[in-house]
Amino acid sequence: MQPVTKVESRTVVLAMSDIDTDQIIPARFLTTTSRDGLGRHLFHDWRNREDGSPRDDFILNSPAAYGCQILVAGRNFGCGSSREHAAWALLDYGFRAIISSAIADIFCSNALKNGLLPIVVDNTVHAWLLENPCAEVSIDVRSSSLALPTGVTAEYPMDAFARYCLLEGLDQLGFLRKHDDAIRKFEENRPWTP
Amino acid sequence: MRSVGPRTLFEKVWSEHIVTDETAAAPAVLYIDLHLIHEVTTPQAFAQLRDLGLPVRRPDLTLGTLDHSTPTTPVRTFHDLAIVGEGAAKQVVRMQDNCREFGLELFAFDSRHRGIVHVIGPELGATQPGKTIVCGDSHTSTHGAFGALAFGIGTTEVAHVLATQCLLQRKPKTLAIDISGPLGPGASAKDVILATIAQIGVDGGTGHVIEYRGDAIAAMDMEARMTICNMSIEAGARAGMIAPDATTFTWLQGRPRSPKGRDWDDAVARWRDLQSDPDARFDRSVSVRGDKVQPMVTFGTNPGMAIAINDPVPADNGDPGFRKALDYMQIQSGKPLTETAVDIVFVGSCTNSRLSDLKQAADILRGRRIAPGVTMLVVPGSQQVKYEAESLGLHEVFKAAGAEWRESGCSMCLGMNGDTVPRGKLSVSTSNRNFEGRQGIGARTVLASPMTAAASAIRGRIADPREFL
Repeated sequence: MQPVTKVESRTVVLAMSDIDTDQIIPARFLTTTSRDGLGRHLFHDWRNREDGSPRDDFILNSPAAYGCQILVAGRNFGCGSSREHAAWALLDYGFRAIISSAIADIFCSNALKNGLLPIVVDNTVHAWLLENPCAEVSIDVRSSSLALPTGVTAEYPMDAFARYCLLEGLDQLGFLRKHDDAIRKFEENRPWTP
Repeated sequence: MRSVGPRTLFEKVWSEHIVTDETAAAPAVLYIDLHLIHEVTTPQAFAQLRDLGLPVRRPDLTLGTLDHSTPTTPVRTFHDLAIVGEGAAKQVVRMQDNCREFGLELFAFDSRHRGIVHVIGPELGATQPGKTIVCGDSHTSTHGAFGALAFGIGTTEVAHVLATQCLLQRKPKTLAIDISGPLGPGASAKDVILATIAQIGVDGGTGHVIEYRGDAIAAMDMEARMTICNMSIEAGARAGMIAPDATTFTWLQGRPRSPKGRDWDDAVARWRDLQSDPDARFDRSVSVRGDKVQPMVTFGTNPGMAIAINDPVPADNGDPGFRKALDYMQIQSGKPLTETAVDIVFVGSCTNSRLSDLKQAADILRGRRIAPGVTMLVVPGSQQVKYEAESLGLHEVFKAAGAEWRESGCSMCLGMNGDTVPRGKLSVSTSNRNFEGRQGIGARTVLASPMTAAASAIRGRIADPREFL
């Protein structure tokens, strides 16, 4: 994972609540053995018509969305399946951060492990972002805060360990493997064995 | 030993698996007792182990199956199997290769124990009270029905567990859901959990582990409890749990991987303590009137958009998603869903594919025919469920009614294996997700119980199962 310290970009808005991971990447694209190249399937059935041509009325197909790295979404983004392919697809497409008023647990965990920022803001900031697409937003990972073009700065909750991993580009498996002695001791001393 | 106050079931299981306590700076290291794996969410994790030159730490605590992209069409020999799509076929081969290379047990095509990962774990007796269980699949919450702490993880975490048998976890909050009983006629566990999700919302459980309790839960058999816990994730919950009791122990005794002899007695003695203490404090509590639950159906595109079968579809609530959901479903506010024409009926999935589910559907179908123009698939959750159902003659009931009787797998729940609902068609499904396109591009899914699904197949429209009781 590459270190992530800052994301500065215009936003693209998908205002709907409860955008599930089946929309982010439909199940038929999970038959891959790789993490790469999933961006082309991102929101596939919202982006494309039956015949495969792009839907002009879908926001990601508009010129305004080009190059946006921040997706502002309605409440409870990423609900449903545990497929990490959702985070991989968003990153591969070019997104670096998701902002919502609530983000589903497993999606949030998957996003963090890949350096995609899951950012939960209060209802006031969320409402402003939903109503003001294409806003230039700056996210500072070190201070866990984001700056709106209105001059408003808002802190967002971020677990200290997750933030450390983002800033250092730390692989959590490496961290976990350092606990090998403790894990062995736990296995030896537990009162029952599974 | 430090003294502890009253604890919830979750806290007891959690604290027993802490390798390293959490601090402000780092999450807890949580030990995992059972790691279930399948073909879709593991290839990238095995690739990571291979890159790092790491073995699987505990092959004995790892169990694999093929379920998501496997065909369900009956075949004479397994050589006849036609896996739909090059990618899926490659994934299945990769899973077999990975399990061979890393020395892991895999219930492959030739196994009598193959089936949906959340059906076979309990069926084998590998799922037990007090265990921590994970799988790269959100419906891992199913195993909580046994008083296990069971939750879905992503592929990066699958690699963590393969390599270390542990996960880095922050302690979730707790939510008690008390469900009163007894259930009325025609109301099943599926209806109870749909009513619960409709009540608390599809993010009502986010950040929490649910403990289901109350008269309705105590009266349920294990398969009904699995249906309840299975859909915890549809309320956004990290996991769902039910305290083990005599029903649990009876169900587990004698299963292939259940403890035997003295070990069984010791295990039951330990499991009896897996109850929330009387004064244990939950972060939140909710009550659900189980005795008032009617047969439920969903009208929109998430499992929280559910109503009693004879209630009108609610009016637009202003959320941009609500209008979109009704447009997608081609459903109008203000009238009930009964009379809506049905094209496909699917009985299956990790939610409702166990023997009791099939029996409930068969009881309604016995001596009747499904309506002309309706296609009905009955897909048992495992090969074992299939054999048991066949020994009871249920397959003959389904076939005589005009339904298709299939091999086990996830099938039309997510349509990865070629079992899909055609565009625009309406499916009454016993699965867990009515998301747009979940069962096929443009498919319209109505979630319901096995009884409601069977009644709807007969009528050719969404129907109240109480008509047939």
